Amino acid sequence: MASASTSKYNSHSLENESIKRTSRDGVNRDLTEAVPRLPGETLITDKEVIYICPFNGPIKGRVYITNYRLYLRSLETDSALILDVPLGVISRIEKMGGATSRGENSYGLDITCKDMRNLRFALKQEGHSRRDMFEILTRYAFPLAHSLPLFAFLNEEKFNVDGWTVYNPVEEYRRQGLPNHHWRITFINKCYELCDTYPAPLVVPYRASDDDLRRVATFRSRNRIPVLSWIHPENKTVIVRCSQPLVGMSGKRNKDDEKYLDVIRETNKQISKLTIYDARPSVNAVANKATGGGYESDDAYHNAELFFLDIHNIHVMRESLKKVKDIVYPNVEESHWLSSLESTHWLEHIKLVLTGAIQVADKVSSGKSSVLVHCSDGWDRTAQLTSLAMLMLDSFYRSIEGFEILVQKEWISFGHKFASRIGHGDKNHTDADRSPIFLQFIDCVWQMSKQFPTAFEFNEQFLIIILDHLYSCRFGTFLFNCESARERQKVTERTVSLWSLINSNKEKFKNPFYTKEINRVLYPVASMRHLELWVNYYIRWNPRIKQQQPNPVEQRYMELLALRDEYIKRLEELQLANSAKLSDPPTSPSSPSQMMPHVQTHF
Amino acid sequence: MLGKGVVGGGGGTKGPKPSFVSYVRPEEIHTNEKEVTEKEVTLHLLPGEQLLCEASTVLKYVQEDSCQHGVYGRLVCTDFKIAFLGDDESALDNDETQFKNKVIGENDITLHCVDQIYGVFDEKKKTLFGQLKKYPGKLIIHCKDFRVFQFCLGYTKEEEVKRIVSGIIHHTQAPKLLKRLFLFSYATAAQNNTVTDPKNHTVMFDTLKDWCWELERTKGNMKYKAVSVNEGYKVCERLPAYFVVPTPLPEENVQRFQGHGIPIWCWSCHNGSALLKMSALPKEQDDGILQIQKSFLDGIYKTIHRSPYEIVKTEDVSSNFLSLQEIQTAYSKFKQLFLTDNSTEFWDTDIKWFSLLESSSWLDIIRRCLKKAIEITECMEAQNMNVLLLEENASDLCCLISSLVQLMMDPHCRTRIGFQSLIQKEWVMGGHCFLDRCNHLRQNDKEEVPVFLLFLDCVWQLVHQHPPAFEFTETYLTVLSDSLYIPIFSTFFFNSPHQKDANMGREGQDAQSKPLNLLTVWDWSVQFEPKAQTLLKNPLYVEKPKLDKGQRKGMRFKHQRQLSLPLTQSKSSPKRGFFREETDHLIKNLLGKRISKLINSSDELQDNFREFYDSWHSKSTDYHGLLLPHIEGPEIKVWAQRYLRWIPEAQILGGGQVATMSKLLEMMEEVQSLQEKIDERHHSQQVPQAEAPCLLRNSARLSSLFPFALLQRHSSKPVLPTSGWKALGDEDDLAKREDEFVDLGDV
Repeated sequence: MASASTSKYNSHSLENESIKRTSRDGVNRDLTEAVPRLPGETLITDKEVIYICPFNGPIKGRVYITNYRLYLRSLETDSALILDVPLGVISRIEKMGGATSRGENSYGLDITCKDMRNLRFALKQEGHSRRDMFEILTRYAFPLAHSLPLFAFLNEEKFNVDGWTVYNPVEEYRRQGLPNHHWRITFINKCYELCDTYPAPLVVPYRASDDDLRRVATFRSRNRIPVLSWIHPENKTVIVRCSQPLVGMSGKRNKDDEKYLDVIRETNKQISKLTIYDARPSVNAVANKATGGGYESDDAYHNAELFFLDIHNIHVMRESLKKVKDIVYPNVEESHWLSSLESTHWLEHIKLVLTGAIQVADKVSSGKSSVLVHCSDGWDRTAQLTSLAMLMLDSFYRSIEGFEILVQKEWISFGHKFASRIGHGDKNHTDADRSPIFLQFIDCVWQMSKQFPTAFEFNEQFLIIILDHLYSCRFGTFLFNCESARERQKVTERTVSLWSLINSNKEKFKNPFYTKEINRVLYPVASMRHLELWVNYYIRWNPRIKQQQPNPVEQRYMELLALRDEYIKRLEELQLANSAKLSDPPTSPSSPSQMMPHVQTHF
Repeated sequence: MLGKGVVGGGGGTKGPKPSFVSYVRPEEIHTNEKEVTEKEVTLHLLPGEQLLCEASTVLKYVQEDSCQHGVYGRLVCTDFKIAFLGDDESALDNDETQFKNKVIGENDITLHCVDQIYGVFDEKKKTLFGQLKKYPGKLIIHCKDFRVFQFCLGYTKEEEVKRIVSGIIHHTQAPKLLKRLFLFSYATAAQNNTVTDPKNHTVMFDTLKDWCWELERTKGNMKYKAVSVNEGYKVCERLPAYFVVPTPLPEENVQRFQGHGIPIWCWSCHNGSALLKMSALPKEQDDGILQIQKSFLDGIYKTIHRSPYEIVKTEDVSSNFLSLQEIQTAYSKFKQLFLTDNSTEFWDTDIKWFSLLESSSWLDIIRRCLKKAIEITECMEAQNMNVLLLEENASDLCCLISSLVQLMMDPHCRTRIGFQSLIQKEWVMGGHCFLDRCNHLRQNDKEEVPVFLLFLDCVWQLVHQHPPAFEFTETYLTVLSDSLYIPIFSTFFFNSPHQKDANMGREGQDAQSKPLNLLTVWDWSVQFEPKAQTLLKNPLYVEKPKLDKGQRKGMRFKHQRQLSLPLTQSKSSPKRGFFREETDHLIKNLLGKRISKLINSSDELQDNFREFYDSWHSKSTDYHGLLLPHIEGPEIKVWAQRYLRWIPEAQILGGGQVATMSKLLEMMEEVQSLQEKIDERHHSQQVPQAEAPCLLRNSARLSSLFPFALLQRHSSKPVLPTSGWKALGDEDDLAKREDEFVDLGDV
């Protein structure tokens, strides 16, 4: 069952079975086999509706609503349309038209999705057909508001790989060569007492005692103290992450914090200053003093140098993505595409995030100094910067499992507030806490993979499936805001990990051009000349936009790979035959080259 | 500190050293560094090339890792080029440099390649032209291939500065006579060089036979005939000696208005419909003459409307479609975006990049051209109509649109030979005024319009969108565009075949002198060694498999594009394909409708277009069939290789498409060697490793701008944007907000 349910992720969308069955075999359409179902998924209702496809016009179909998805199959003979939308993707359901609305298809539901599309269904005006559908959808798309569990807790899928075992923090630190003379692993946060949004194991300077840590915690927003994210294997400089210091209007100082940062600086033998990257624009950092926050001043931190990276806050990012949707859905802005794209600022934000990460990576890689990264709370921009810098510096994270570990570590375990940012199962679509920070990170990764097409083990589909299940609520991976909440909910026991699905189908997500290069630092070019809108993600619902899948270069390469394997096999056979021939007199010399296809390309 | 400055010996006296190469001097490859720094750099002259002036101890700026350093050397100006002879360390002796041009070196600028010359006077940059009163301390040369050279003249003797600066200005900017083109000096001096490449099968269309062959290839010979009425350019100087017209057209009609008003055949489609072009009749005021013109045209239209011809649709591709003025303005804005003098300028424009691009309109013009070509394709393919392109001289947008249509419809044009033949047919013989449009003689700036470059950019979009469909690569297109400015090839240096012939002495005024033997650009061996030429060939291209018809529909092309979208229904629509039998009933349906209604409303036209376009794109691509480009906003891209190749900030070290291409080539080599092993299985015990040296080795160290990256980045330092954030405008309120609305309190 598991394989059946996963096999449809062969392309890059949640609804890609759409063209497989054509109308010609519509004669034997069997409605009972119509809805694919996961173990644990139950059908709630079905209804005849008209799907108002923004590209092809109205299509009559039957919609099936389960506790996991909305599934629509066309009832028209010349259309093989299928929609397969996990309810988790829905951010808003609106009624359109009233009982008295006139005009064709003016009465129904308009569903706004988190994945850059809207779905419109027209229903019959009589018989409360809309009310039922609206209520059921609302109930199952926003289960939290109805005291229902998220589908991940009902999902009974089984995989032969357990994704929850992918990330073991102690093992990952060991891979980095930790603990060592300067850094220790502490379990001071075992019960989340030091910091409720941090994971249990933390890597801190050897010379800082647990008491020191507690005192530092009082001076850092939400107790998110500076802890190690990554250490350079050779020059031993480190990337350390935290939240802003609680400087406040009065410009408070904290000796313990100052000492602690100095201890971090001294962990590698360099005498240079510690570099602090504050991800925010400086005005915001200053403004934060009003609410008790702030940044490390030169006066207090003599041995540190602070730079602002000018990355904007979650609200700016949310509005920016909204504008992107406006220009790509349903219709792609035609004549003023470039200026419209520019006016969304989306790529400009991407550029700033990448630029920041490059600076972090360069500082560490050149061995000039260790780097401390923070923003306000250290769970949005900070996570973007540390994880991207790590991706540039450490080729391990460019493998499939390495990337899963990176996400698990820098994002999930260090408390990126997935529940608040995505709004899983929550109906409040206007919540100011929602923001596409993780999507922005994945976009940055995509930009990098585009610039370095041989450097990543995973392909575009891998990034897309991660984003699809960021919203779907089918897996426990992206649920809740922090480790402590996940532990309380026993997420690893009660839900399945997304990595189980991916790692049991790894071939699908592999980049055939991947060339492993250990110790290669990747610096993308953060210039608008090279940044592109990720068409295959943001505009994937639009049939007019190119979706060459698989990419012809990739396909040719796969053909060659297959040909090579075939030749190697043949060669082995021939060698066997040859050695046999040494004892046997030769029989009919049939040329093997006549039996197999030759390479069709010139060299 | 002039220690590094190298003052070379006398021009060309140093023996036959092949120093006329680009990107690196060969002696550097095999000698150690010490020796190299002491080597003299000699000026290599082409046959017939003459040194005009020179200056020594000129400092050339080399940008590297976002800081500049200088290299001393000699700046010379000949009647062919401006050259800098210095000990340029930026040229590395690695594989990358194997893609070198044998004619134009890394530090050579042909006089025709110079776009603008600037002088820097006390930090102020000014355009240089005419007679100078004051001489600049720094010379900046912007090239038409987007290279930017900066020379410091501060250490050069005043006399030499005067001579070189005024020399360069004069020889690149003063109006020239055709006869003074270097082309002729070269051809005269190199008279004995036999330069016929036996492998070059490009059809030149300078004989009747070539036209007959093309008619036969496209099965156009049923309705069209090649005529020789213009032999010796008796009828008109605008048209080639031989061309093709509808069979029933009386030849005397051609003479009537010197070839104006005559439908001239470009190409025939598999279904019999043809693409024609016509130059407009001269504008007349006199009613009587107008009457004559009208009845003449009526006669013409009757001829081509009569059976066996299909309906003719007339497309006016002159001003109401796209004016030359628009193209000129767009390109001059567009090119400025790539001619950046320094890193600061690069990053300053980076923030506004998309709006700057848009305001140039260049990409929009490309889109309009592609769209027009698709519309015409739709008429011919789906509606079986003949299309007649109309333009004043039928030699600018006619050439562009008709070439694009043929590229989309005729897979032969996507082979290298086919493409070159197409350019010969539509552009060179079609009388595109290369001399004027490129302003090679600097006689009239207003005539300078990059129509041919626009065409190449349109082709690039197709190549980029459909990588396996073309036998040639984007690198091929880039070097072809560079060849526009190399005056040793005749291909792009005349306004018409008549002008070429008239200046070759073929018309017999000069009986004793042999006709000049001019080189054609299609002989790529003049510019590139065979090894470098492999980069012009697309490894993804697979020749059309020769199968019989029964098999063709079978398993051959399984490139199923997986459209994950809900719309691709099985609505019947014209299938793609070059062959008639592939057309299906819808075409016939459409045709029926069309016949009853000759005049389409523009809405209906749009619908036809949309349906044709959408239906083609919803199917899997047959790279040997009809090929359409995507024309949505995000799909029209900047031809990065041509436009960004000299900008160090734009290089992705170890990245870009080159990385995947080199993996692909490696795999091909491996497969080939395995194949050879199997073929020689009788001696399989020791198979010689025939390692074809591959230019694309070491992918990790190549730059995304391979093979052109002239400025090398030695270290792996990242390039960091230097400019800041642009104001958000209306979002300022949001920007000031806190991520979370929690007061952290005073601790």
